[in-house]
Amino acid sequence: MRSKLSVRRKSHKDHLDLEKARTGIDGFDEITGGGLPKGRPTLICGGPGCGKTLFASEFLVRGATEFDEPGVFVSFEETENELTKNVASLGFDLAKLQSQRKIILEHVYIERSEITETGEYDLEGLFVRLGHAIDSIGAKRVVLDTIEVLFASLGDDGILRAEIRRLFRFLKEKGVTALITAERGEGNLTRYGIEEYVSDCVISLDHRVHEQLTTRRLRVIKYRGSSHGTNEYPFLIRSKGFSVMPVTTMGLQATASEIRVSSGISQLDEMLEGKGYFSGSTIMVTGPTGCGKSSFASHFLESVCSHGKRSIYFSFEESAAQIVRNMKSIGIDLSTWEKKGLLKFDATRPSYYGLEMHLAQSIKLIEEFKPSAVVIDPLTDLTSIGSANEVKLMLSRLIDYLKNKGITAVITGLRSATDVSTDDDSTGISSLIDTWVCLNWVHSAGERNRTISIVKSRGMDHSNQVREFLLTKTGSQLVDIYLGTAGVLTGSMRVSQEAKDLAEAHARSQEVAHLTAQLEAKRKFYTAQASALDAELKAAEAELLKALSQSKLKEERAKLDRIDMAASRKKKNSKNYPKVQNASRNGSEHGL
Amino acid sequence: MKKNSKSIRNAKSRISKTDFTKWHLKLYIAGKTGRSQTALRNLESICEEYLKGIYKLEVIDLIKHPKLAKGDQIFAIPTLIKKVPRPVRKIIGDLSDIEKVLVGLDLKSIEAV
Repeated sequence: MRSKLSVRRKSHKDHLDLEKARTGIDGFDEITGGGLPKGRPTLICGGPGCGKTLFASEFLVRGATEFDEPGVFVSFEETENELTKNVASLGFDLAKLQSQRKIILEHVYIERSEITETGEYDLEGLFVRLGHAIDSIGAKRVVLDTIEVLFASLGDDGILRAEIRRLFRFLKEKGVTALITAERGEGNLTRYGIEEYVSDCVISLDHRVHEQLTTRRLRVIKYRGSSHGTNEYPFLIRSKGFSVMPVTTMGLQATASEIRVSSGISQLDEMLEGKGYFSGSTIMVTGPTGCGKSSFASHFLESVCSHGKRSIYFSFEESAAQIVRNMKSIGIDLSTWEKKGLLKFDATRPSYYGLEMHLAQSIKLIEEFKPSAVVIDPLTDLTSIGSANEVKLMLSRLIDYLKNKGITAVITGLRSATDVSTDDDSTGISSLIDTWVCLNWVHSAGERNRTISIVKSRGMDHSNQVREFLLTKTGSQLVDIYLGTAGVLTGSMRVSQEAKDLAEAHARSQEVAHLTAQLEAKRKFYTAQASALDAELKAAEAELLKALSQSKLKEERAKLDRIDMAASRKKKNSKNYPKVQNASRNGSEHGL
Repeated sequence: MKKNSKSIRNAKSRISKTDFTKWHLKLYIAGKTGRSQTALRNLESICEEYLKGIYKLEVIDLIKHPKLAKGDQIFAIPTLIKKVPRPVRKIIGDLSDIEKVLVGLDLKSIEAV
């Protein structure tokens, strides 16, 4: 923590103390926090062919054209014509700049065989020429390429060392920002130990071959009074000049977007809360060969382009033409987007250059094209040119970079076909990935069928379902796979099982209808019978009641008859009769 | 020293054979420094001794004429250039080693030294 703070304080101080001269060289000013130390000499050393002269030329040309700082190029090796031709390859027109008096080329020709040394001398002649050149155009920048020629051509080391020391002092007095190139020596930075005279800033260029692949690298060895990136940075010499990649300076400052982007496959969007990926997130799709990774990626690109956004397709396996043709088979026409300038293909063999260079090149392209989405297909091919750890580092830097830029990335990864059961990721970057989609094969009934599932998707409630991934002429489709009593089925097994299920369901529903009808019939039958019996009962009841009342009437009549009869017999027990008579009358009334 | 005077005599005898050749010498200096003065003195004495009457000496002060440095590819001071007769020769230093100067000017072969 403390060291971080002190670094920050130091860099803050830089702005106050050390003035810097911007080089205009892509990426270099970022590493050094503003360029080379202004008004001081800088040494740039490296082996043959590593780009020292080009670096120096670009420093001078950009100074003259972009920062209004005229420059003097003192060449000890190449003539004016040779130099002009060499830098013309970078698109710099030295002849024009010379005629505009923005740059002076000064070729110092020293041929040992033509020179005899007698007694003491100094390099005042060189100083005079340099001074004159600087004064005549008001130069602010000077390049000496390469001063070591003096050592090879002249015999007196003692004089030379003293004079070189004086030369650097002279340059400082002139207030010019000087760049001195020197050849790398064995065990030393430079062959003749020039570095001991340049104390302000030393840059080393390197050109390394690793497993038959070359990567150019740049390192700031020393920068007095300034903090600087200490890593080795890969650089490119491109058609537009030098390009240094400060890729190892990135931190974790990516912002998190709430915006969602479609995956290009509507059913997949449904699996991702119905909205798709987060914008700016990194999506990895892994699967064995031929399971539709590129198709998956192409769907995404088409969706991005159809929203009028730009995208880049980095291909490490197929050429642009191949991809366009192949994707037509699933109804995606990428060429239209390419023609509209929304899609850019970048197809390179992984072995074309080293990992660092791939990273550098990709970032360069992204910086130029400014896409909102990229596809890297497939990333596993990169493992052929670096160890797993190197690839992981490179990818994490690339992913960090993309996240910082808010670029949505779909990365495809090949998984070993023999090991289809696990969700392994051969490159070990799954922890850097936001959404991980796993494509797979299912073998059954003599078929291979593709399945798709989401292993993870950070920050959203994603589906846990495995779906079948169909590639059709009109695009990809996700279909629910069969999950039922017969197990997990895909393809025609799924289709036939679904048909069977349908038939069974049909049969079952018919049976239910039949039974319901039967029940209804029975109910009707018994209801009818019940009402008939009820009617019968009522009839019988009426009959019986009628019979009952008749018999009661008869009884009544009989009693009356008996009374009448008794009355007529002039009664013996006359007192009892009226009682009986009353009671019976009452009872009959109740009964009726 | 004895050997030295002998070889100078040899050189004298050779020059006498090429009497009519014109010698054109240029001495580049930068200001009137001690070293340039030494060089000029040394050169004048050599010329007077070996090339009397057949040489032309031009002294160019680069402080006054910095533009002239480029044409003859001057980087060291003092520099003596023999333009004529051909081939062009360049001798740097204060010319204190007369033997070397004579060789450099083709007034004397290397074997003789």
